[in-house]
Amino acid sequence: MNAPLLRAQNLVKEFHTGGRWSGSAGVVHALSDVSFDIEPGETLAVVGESGCGKSTLARCVTALNLQTSGTLLIDGQNAQDLLRREPLRFRRMIQIVFQDPYASLNPRRTIQQSIGDALRLHRMCKSKEQRDAVTALLERVGLSSDYLGRYPHELSGGQRQRVAIARALAVQPRLMVCDEPVSALDVSIQAQIINLLKEIQKALGVAYLFISHNLALVRHISDRIAVMYLGQIVEIGPADAMRRNLLHPYSRALFAATPEIGRDKTAATPMLRGDVPSPINPPSGCRFHTRCPIARPRCAQEAPLLRELDGRQVRCHFAEEMLPAA
Amino acid sequence: MSALLQVEGLSVQFATDRGPVRAVEDLSFSVAAGETVAMVGESGSGKSTAALSLLRLIEPAGGQVSAGRILFDDVDLLGLSSRQLRGVRGSRIGMIFQDPMMALNPIFTIGWQISESLREHLGLSRRAARDRTIELLQRVGIPAPEQRIDQYPHNLSGGMRQRVMIAMALACRPSLLIADEPTTALDVTVQAQVLALINTLKDEFGMAVLLITHDLGVVWETAQRVVVMYAGRKVEEGSVSDVFERPEHPYTRGLLKTARLTDDRAGPLVEIPGTVPNAFEMPHGCRFAPRCAQAFARCEDGVPPDIKVAVGHDVACLLAERAP
Amino acid sequence: MKSFLHFWRRFRRNRAALVALFVLLAITLIAIVGPYVYTVDPFEMMGRASTPPSKRFWLGTDVSGRDVLAGLIHGARVSLLIGVAASLCATLVGLIVGAVAGYYGRAVDNILMRCTDFFLTIPSFVFAVVLIAIFRPSVTNVTIAIGIVSWPPVARLVRAEFIAQREREYVLAARALGMSDIEIMIRQILPNALPPVIVVSSLLVATAILTESGLSFLGLSDPNVISWGYMIGVGRTVLRLAWWMPAIPGIAILVTVLCINLVGEGLNDALNPRVQRR
Repeated sequence: MNAPLLRAQNLVKEFHTGGRWSGSAGVVHALSDVSFDIEPGETLAVVGESGCGKSTLARCVTALNLQTSGTLLIDGQNAQDLLRREPLRFRRMIQIVFQDPYASLNPRRTIQQSIGDALRLHRMCKSKEQRDAVTALLERVGLSSDYLGRYPHELSGGQRQRVAIARALAVQPRLMVCDEPVSALDVSIQAQIINLLKEIQKALGVAYLFISHNLALVRHISDRIAVMYLGQIVEIGPADAMRRNLLHPYSRALFAATPEIGRDKTAATPMLRGDVPSPINPPSGCRFHTRCPIARPRCAQEAPLLRELDGRQVRCHFAEEMLPAA
Repeated sequence: MSALLQVEGLSVQFATDRGPVRAVEDLSFSVAAGETVAMVGESGSGKSTAALSLLRLIEPAGGQVSAGRILFDDVDLLGLSSRQLRGVRGSRIGMIFQDPMMALNPIFTIGWQISESLREHLGLSRRAARDRTIELLQRVGIPAPEQRIDQYPHNLSGGMRQRVMIAMALACRPSLLIADEPTTALDVTVQAQVLALINTLKDEFGMAVLLITHDLGVVWETAQRVVVMYAGRKVEEGSVSDVFERPEHPYTRGLLKTARLTDDRAGPLVEIPGTVPNAFEMPHGCRFAPRCAQAFARCEDGVPPDIKVAVGHDVACLLAERAP
Repeated sequence: MKSFLHFWRRFRRNRAALVALFVLLAITLIAIVGPYVYTVDPFEMMGRASTPPSKRFWLGTDVSGRDVLAGLIHGARVSLLIGVAASLCATLVGLIVGAVAGYYGRAVDNILMRCTDFFLTIPSFVFAVVLIAIFRPSVTNVTIAIGIVSWPPVARLVRAEFIAQREREYVLAARALGMSDIEIMIRQILPNALPPVIVVSSLLVATAILTESGLSFLGLSDPNVISWGYMIGVGRTVLRLAWWMPAIPGIAILVTVLCINLVGEGLNDALNPRVQRR
């Protein structure tokens, strides 16, 4: 069997807060034991609210942060070894598109310079041909060559996001990490960017790690979905199974909380109480038990493990209760 | 019966380096007592500017109401002195913002900030104001209000701050609450809590709500009527059920289609091509015409009039003329 | 080019800065061309000592009978040269220290910033005096000494800018592309961090001119060149008899420093979008 494009094994990332000398030091458990695979050409969506570790995950996968422990395998090779031996080859395999297109392009560099930087660094083309290569990339993302000499502030949010995608595509990556790529954009523009990403995937076979807070959106666009809460994956499985039903109480609450047009307004939706607890001091046992509508005493003591159920993995002692009555 | 808030022909402009920009043009709508009206639109639609101009909060940013009337309980707010307006702000009209830190002063405790408003507008004693504040904090769902009252805004989470701001806005039991993107910065599970809270309080206090948002799902779940804005103009207005089930304006239709995600993965999402026009290069006629698949020659001639397509359902689109 | 025009349009709006800029350009022109046009040697005795301004000596003579106008023109050269060179020197050091500290953070930042703090704690003028006393007073040494005492504020500013920029997503994107640290610092972050630095270093020119004047006033500057501070130093003993002698170079310093400050303020308005008026 072939190795997956990306395999994350027991990733842990901890940040130290407060000064070493100030005495207020704490440890943020941003990622706790996160494992998943991404196959070539597929989309894995990671969904969760702020503080769930999804952006930290994006940064660990792209080696912008180094994980505290655990391994990342790319095409079967250890990512850290590859990064040390052939950093540019690593960078060529994995690229990232950020949330805020206003911040992800250098305000003092033209579009051609920004995309050209990527081509030049990786010697993707001769310098004479750079202009043509950038033009081709811009066309690939639906922009004309008129934009070559422009600065980011002359572009709309959607156009900037297209440029950011073109820059990532410049090195022909096999995996693109999309960190909330549309949540800063207007609704009418969001669909344009999602469609562009899907079209690129179809044409180039690139895989996506798609980070989002919108479960309804990712159910539409991904092959597999992972739901994260406080640094852990609480449910992960094929999108088909997740569309059929959600088995973790948090996944359910997250989906129910997303306002949806046409839903019966009188139907009582189970609402979560309180806020997400601090990742500096995650609750004992199941990390979700403080807000869980079906929590029992056992949940506070015993941390549930990810286990197979109904075609996916779920981290809940009582997930069976969520199965539709046969 | 006259409306609680009646806005007529409101135009707002900002002075910029490149000349004045009309952020809102000829906007009319009303909010009746006790109802929730949502004003929905994308960035640049003028929805927030319109909301802020109701209480003349745009003046520090260089904005100016250039035409129109804002009748609140039959009194034109534009004619009031700033002193009279201060009496209305906070006591009869409450306002909450996207970023609670805009409304909360970081150097005072939350209790001080709420009770100050109570003492100023209702003339309560220090003791009574404090008791009332604890009651309010409890009402907006803040656990252990007796302790929270002496905390500073930075001690609270985003959702808690939003609750404090709501408590502050509701302190004097206003008859209208203007909520400018109150949940945009919050996580969805917290958003659901805050929206539910606003809804309950609205019923309890019999207050009207003007909700500014870009999220059509939020509109559907909370509002009775909706005003759809595009590039500074109102394009459609009506009851939520009418507008969402029988949208007449091509822009509203497009927005609804993009927002309605199906679980079907096969096809691409429905998209509206193009982008919102630049404020300096506004189309002469219908502002949506350049992006509209159904536009025809007359669309570019002049601003389309409001056409009534059903009771309380208006649309600013020439296509609606054809329908009986 | 386009961005320069944009900058110029904003700069022009500050009238005072615009006038100051033209005055400065005039002073610079005098400093460059003046000595060739007005060829009198400022060290040569031209007439009687301490004569008031007259037809022959427009600005009078000093205690040794030297032409004050010649001193003023030649002195402009030295004062401006030292001012600009010392400011460039300080900016360069500040940029390197601040950029490295701000970009790498942690231990590197700690070490570099403690060094900076050390320099900041010593009164800069006294420090400059000490440096000159140790080394031979020459134009180069004076410039370097002033540079050494004035880089810390630049370093702190640059560090703050780099810290603000280094977590921005465009920097992360450059890192994800595998760009080297040096290239990220120079090509990506520096252009974004530069505007406030330009403002500060333009103001440093004024401070450097004042420091140089102070040093020459104390007789600690290069004895072989004439500067405005040296002229004040010579004239101070006869202040009550011949007030113009120290006053004329004093006014020259005042006008130059004032103009530099006004231009610096104008630069700040034009480069710093935070104070932009709508």
